[in-house]
Amino acid sequence: MDVLSWLLPESFSTFGRDIDRLYYVILWITGVVFVLTEGLLVWILVRYRHREGRRAAHIHGHRTLEMVWTTVTGVIVLGLAVASTGVWHHVKRDVPAGAMEVIVTAKQYEWNVTYPGPDGLLGTDDDFTRRNALDVPDARPVLVHLRSEDVIHSFFLPELRVKQDALPGKSIRVWFEATRPGTYVIGCAELCGLGHYRMQGQLTVHAAADYQDWMQAALAEADQ
Amino acid sequence: MSTAAAGRLPMPGMKVYNLKLGMWIFLLSEVMFFTGLIGSYIILRFAHPEHFAAPGVVLNVPLTAFNTFVLICSSVTMVKAFAAVEQGDQKGLQRWLLATIALGTFFVGVQAVEYSVLSSEGFVPMAELYHAVGRGAVHAEGAAEAAVVGGPLYGATFYAMTGFHGAHVSIGVLCLLYVYWRARKGKYSAASLGGVEIMGLYWHFVDLVWILLFTIVYLI
Amino acid sequence: MSTSEAAVQAHLHEHGGHDHEEPFLRKYIFCTDHKMIARQFLFMSLFFLLVGGLLAAMMRWQLGFPSQPMPGAGGFPDTMAPGGIVLPEFYNSLVTMHGTIMIFFAIMPLLVGLFGNLLIPLQIGAPDMAFPRLNMASFWIAVPAGLLMLSSFFVEGGAAGAGWTSYAPLSASGEWTGVYLGQQLWLVSLIVLGFSSLAGAVNYITTIISMRAPGMTWFRLPLSTWALFITAILVLLAIPILTGALIMLLFDQTIGTGFFRPEVGGEPILWQHLFWFFGHPEVYILILPAMGITSDVLANRARKPIFGYHAMVLAIIAIAFLGWIVWGHHMFQSGMNPLLGTSFMISTMAIAVPSAIKTFNWLGTLWHGDIHLDVPMLHALSFVSMFIIGGLSGIFMANTPVDMYIHDTYFIVAHIHYVLFGGSLFAIFAGITFWFPKMFGRMMHEGVGKVHFVLTFILYNIVFFPMHNLGLRGMMRRLYDPTQYEYLQPLQPMNEFISIAAFGLVTVQFLFAGNFVWSLFRGRTAGPNPWKSNTLEWSVPSPPPHGNFDGMPVVYRGPYEYSHPDAAEDYWPQNQPPPPEVGPGPEVALSPAPEGVGP
Repeated sequence: MDVLSWLLPESFSTFGRDIDRLYYVILWITGVVFVLTEGLLVWILVRYRHREGRRAAHIHGHRTLEMVWTTVTGVIVLGLAVASTGVWHHVKRDVPAGAMEVIVTAKQYEWNVTYPGPDGLLGTDDDFTRRNALDVPDARPVLVHLRSEDVIHSFFLPELRVKQDALPGKSIRVWFEATRPGTYVIGCAELCGLGHYRMQGQLTVHAAADYQDWMQAALAEADQ
Repeated sequence: MSTAAAGRLPMPGMKVYNLKLGMWIFLLSEVMFFTGLIGSYIILRFAHPEHFAAPGVVLNVPLTAFNTFVLICSSVTMVKAFAAVEQGDQKGLQRWLLATIALGTFFVGVQAVEYSVLSSEGFVPMAELYHAVGRGAVHAEGAAEAAVVGGPLYGATFYAMTGFHGAHVSIGVLCLLYVYWRARKGKYSAASLGGVEIMGLYWHFVDLVWILLFTIVYLI
Repeated sequence: MSTSEAAVQAHLHEHGGHDHEEPFLRKYIFCTDHKMIARQFLFMSLFFLLVGGLLAAMMRWQLGFPSQPMPGAGGFPDTMAPGGIVLPEFYNSLVTMHGTIMIFFAIMPLLVGLFGNLLIPLQIGAPDMAFPRLNMASFWIAVPAGLLMLSSFFVEGGAAGAGWTSYAPLSASGEWTGVYLGQQLWLVSLIVLGFSSLAGAVNYITTIISMRAPGMTWFRLPLSTWALFITAILVLLAIPILTGALIMLLFDQTIGTGFFRPEVGGEPILWQHLFWFFGHPEVYILILPAMGITSDVLANRARKPIFGYHAMVLAIIAIAFLGWIVWGHHMFQSGMNPLLGTSFMISTMAIAVPSAIKTFNWLGTLWHGDIHLDVPMLHALSFVSMFIIGGLSGIFMANTPVDMYIHDTYFIVAHIHYVLFGGSLFAIFAGITFWFPKMFGRMMHEGVGKVHFVLTFILYNIVFFPMHNLGLRGMMRRLYDPTQYEYLQPLQPMNEFISIAAFGLVTVQFLFAGNFVWSLFRGRTAGPNPWKSNTLEWSVPSPPPHGNFDGMPVVYRGPYEYSHPDAAEDYWPQNQPPPPEVGPGPEVALSPAPEGVGP
């Protein structure tokens, strides 16, 4: 069944690939460890099950063996941690230059997106706001200033591997770059009240060439 | 059964008896409690310095400094009480316990007065009602129009920290009354002074915490 | 064996009549005997385990069959489930209360309240706890806390609905959830419960430090006592942090302070730091005793010494120490500084090392053993195998970039249940079935026990394993109705399937309850040492009399001297005197020196 797959659904952001690769590395390592340890456990249970006349060996431990598995485990997990820092900092800190900026303001139970308007600058008169609809061009970094008006929400773009809590009283920078035009879901991943389950928006990624047309249409709609 | 078990000393060489050990362990927990409070205060103050005022602007530092002195004196009288019971001096024990109770009660009383004055000046823990204007402006002309000093976090953290400490002193006074009552009935002697000793441990701890809180809340 | 058995008989005679003198109230209700308090915690926690299970079943109904009426639930109040259809606000209460009750009123009192009370004095050779009356208070403070928690379902606005983590500001003001009194009762209940835990912790630590029998050195302590000792230290230091935070949140809720309310300058993230600074040690409070119990049961049923005893002790200590510096891994996506996230990722990965040491040592313990697959052993083995899964799935979330995708999805739901159900609860079953004879003097029914184990093990995995996959499809946790999201609709058959298995899982627990009650009255009489164990609790009658030991036991060796070449039997009790060094003397006839073992 597709539902029971351990493969991740396809990702549509630039760093989605990096995250997915890390996931598969961990899946392989843990998968091998899982099979080996559980297999060993079952084998021991069968091999050393109680039989009349069997007497257990009197063993208190094995210093070398214990040192080996401690060291190997330590090297693997710390190696994983070190190997992940690059992706982590890329995702959470390195906002690329020339990003398109929007403000996403969460409130019970909707996502309000403020666009910079034709001048491309936030905080000017031509800004306009749309409810539950985030429209961006593809192949261009988007910088979201994530805010909340009431409680904590979590801005979740599953197909783009983005998740970030929105904190009231703070503005948090989240960025992503979509790799394919299409429509994607915006979900809320942090319990935010009784309407949490229906706090849903839509991310539309336009082909870069079409984006200015969309902007004009949206602006006209907002002016009415 | 219970007292027999509590006083048992099965491990040869164990010098600390259970009651005292238990009190030390309990005080470790108290340390963590105040660590959480003080840590929260530090985080809030660093994140929102505009909510806090310079020392002495809102709070009456000289009054509390005097109160701190009173509490330190009560630690001295507690030490005297323990010294008395070690000597088997029953009268001295009762006298010094009574002195400690009096000083502790006085401390809590001064704190109560401080609270009522501060809250009448608009320095309250409730965020929406906070309107402290500072000691200089309260009695001056046009106090109503004076600018608000600090912000709601100042009031909330002040009352939380001093209030939890005050509750500890109050509980300490109640326990002291119990110890005093037992002392009156002659329950303590040079050979049986565990109750007085652990009372002293608690009292000194509460004293120590206050010196820390006074420094952090009033002086910095 | 013969001397201790004789002592046991003498003890029985001495105490037999004595017990009857205790009036009912002193013996069963306000009792200071640690064994009775242990049993009181057992009954209380099993009740809450049942409540928590039923709450979970209602959640699963809503998830499997969204907004359809629960069968036979037409009588629910309109504020919860009108006509049996769960309301979103009631669902949030279910989420919150299931987590809170299971963690604070079922697993924690079972592991710490039950096993701490039962095992510590018996395993160290003490007549009771250091402070028996404080011990009694610990239980009787927990009861009103539980009642307060339950009562919150029936107040206006319903029970707390901000999750068991109660993130502020959702939890800081009723205006966001519509829950006022319920949230306050939740806070007060946990504050009260904190005093119960604190009383227990002070008692356990004092008792273990100062009341060990002669010869019971630190490195002769059974691992369950070691684990309970370290757990008690964690409780002692973590609970006050939670209590302080709960009181601040209560002030925000009631008198309107602004600690966690951003609209007046407060810091919501401060709540998360305080909560998880308590919360991660809490995770180890919930797993360390389970590891101790598992170690004892594995060594006994494999008739083999614990592999790497010292490493096991050091691993417990290392986990407890590292547990204080990993709390931030719950908050990777909370908006904290990414550099801080990196350091928390490294400390979190580091804590995998002692966990791995323990797992490998358990395998080493079984290796070359004489493995008896009876009910306690089956549960202990499933602890090991499920803990492996829970531990490995933790690595995914410890990895900050991967966590960005699976954080707050069903992957974490799967992970926590592999640790807390697959881990802690299976160890609890192992512990209850293993020490049942010591508590009640009778054995539990082996056949029913095995059926219960097999069904629980299978259904448990059917329920929780696919949740990993649901998380990987992006299904968020705490979602009242997943079908609201189009991309989650294909998962609905799986949700339905999981729900049906979950109902089965809850149902088969009645097998355990039935076995438990039946065995109380009809179980086979156990005798003092049915498992042929080495530790001191098995050297006294089952159940042990008031005061436990007839005189002071003397300890000669470590707790895991199974299958020792110098002993004829495959066990060698800790308090059995060693055979005399020189030639046959007059004592030889009296001493239990095994056949074939001579000077």
